[in-house]
Amino acid sequence: MSAKPYHDIPGTIVFDAAQSRLGYHLNMFCMSLMKADNRAAFKANERAFLDRWPMTEAQKRAVLDRDWNGMLALGGNIYFTSKIAATDGLSFQQIAAMMSGVSQPEYAEMMLKGGRSVEGLRSKSEAR
Amino acid sequence: MARITAGVATSHVPAIGAALDNGKSGEDYWKPVFAGYEASKAWIAAEKPDVVILVYNDHASAFSLELIPTFAIGCAETFQPADEGWGPRPVPVVEGHPELAWHLAESLILDEFDMTIVNRMDVDHGLTVPLSLMFGQPEAWPCRVIPLAVNVVQYPPPSGNRCYNLGKAIRRAVDSFPEDLKVVIFGTGGMSHQLQGPRAGLINSAFDHAFLDRLVEDPEGQARVPHLEYVREAGSEGIELVMWLVMRGALDDRVKVAHRFYHVPASNSAVGHLILENA
Ligand SMILES: [Fe+2]
Repeated sequence: MSAKPYHDIPGTIVFDAAQSRLGYHLNMFCMSLMKADNRAAFKANERAFLDRWPMTEAQKRAVLDRDWNGMLALGGNIYFTSKIAATDGLSFQQIAAMMSGVSQPEYAEMMLKGGRSVEGLRSKSEAR
Repeated sequence: MARITAGVATSHVPAIGAALDNGKSGEDYWKPVFAGYEASKAWIAAEKPDVVILVYNDHASAFSLELIPTFAIGCAETFQPADEGWGPRPVPVVEGHPELAWHLAESLILDEFDMTIVNRMDVDHGLTVPLSLMFGQPEAWPCRVIPLAVNVVQYPPPSGNRCYNLGKAIRRAVDSFPEDLKVVIFGTGGMSHQLQGPRAGLINSAFDHAFLDRLVEDPEGQARVPHLEYVREAGSEGIELVMWLVMRGALDDRVKVAHRFYHVPASNSAVGHLILENA
């Protein structure tokens, strides 16, 4: 994977060609959760349902562990992985809190105070 | 002859739709958001467009990774609200305007914008939340709607300049439609927000305000801003803002600001809104 200028942005994975190729089956598994039958089958036996998809073991592990950042690193896209959250009955804000390593009340409080500041989170190399 | 009279830009945060659908719009958290659209509802009730061309993006609802059109135009008679995992939003079916939509498709393609023509597509919060914000909760939407979906999920989305020029081509296409129709164009998405990873929750109100200013006064300059700057400054999902440039391109070079509103937060996002009239 060649370096791209956006790799310099901290805490951010841009869903580009490389990520899309890596995560195709993971994301298509997530997409299947749009159907109630599939949600039920997944909930009944997560491992068995995941085994229907040609995903890597690491991707399946990340799903089973609800490792939200891990899924993104392995090619997941947030609009797709959030379908797992919806299946679990979690809100977008709850998984956003998990991905940024704080509790949901702390995250909600941060948002009420104007959100996360961009200061210091623009560039890894320039530390700004 | 058909004509574009005005443009509306607005965020399309899904939680806004959920708040409205679940009767929470009067709660302290949501009150200021909906208050910002009171003037807009009055404005559009007076404006009475026959057709809205609604520029938005699909969020893995109608399009998965099997097919990713950069620009797609909905030419169907009707579009159903999508089931995004918790049942479709309880909002009216969206009535299209196939005659104008097909005219747009033909005109845009011959104008070198290679549109994907869509005859069946469910429409998600990206399209229905702006309708709810502008029209409230009617039994039926008071006008026809032509969905124009822009890919902003798979990187790269079309450039800001491409979006701006698409708007100009839409203007030419509408101007050449023989029927007497009043058309308003919506550009939706944004403002600054990031939904993923350790930087989730990013809001950059300085960037947002500068964007609002520049979209009005210097859209050509804003159209040259590269994706990297949106992602860096406005968050990975803030890049949705390129869709506002489609709306802006379809208006006159000089416009009058009929309404401007900005609020933080709505769930994970900054809410921005503009109503621009051709001067
Ligand atoms: Fe969106």
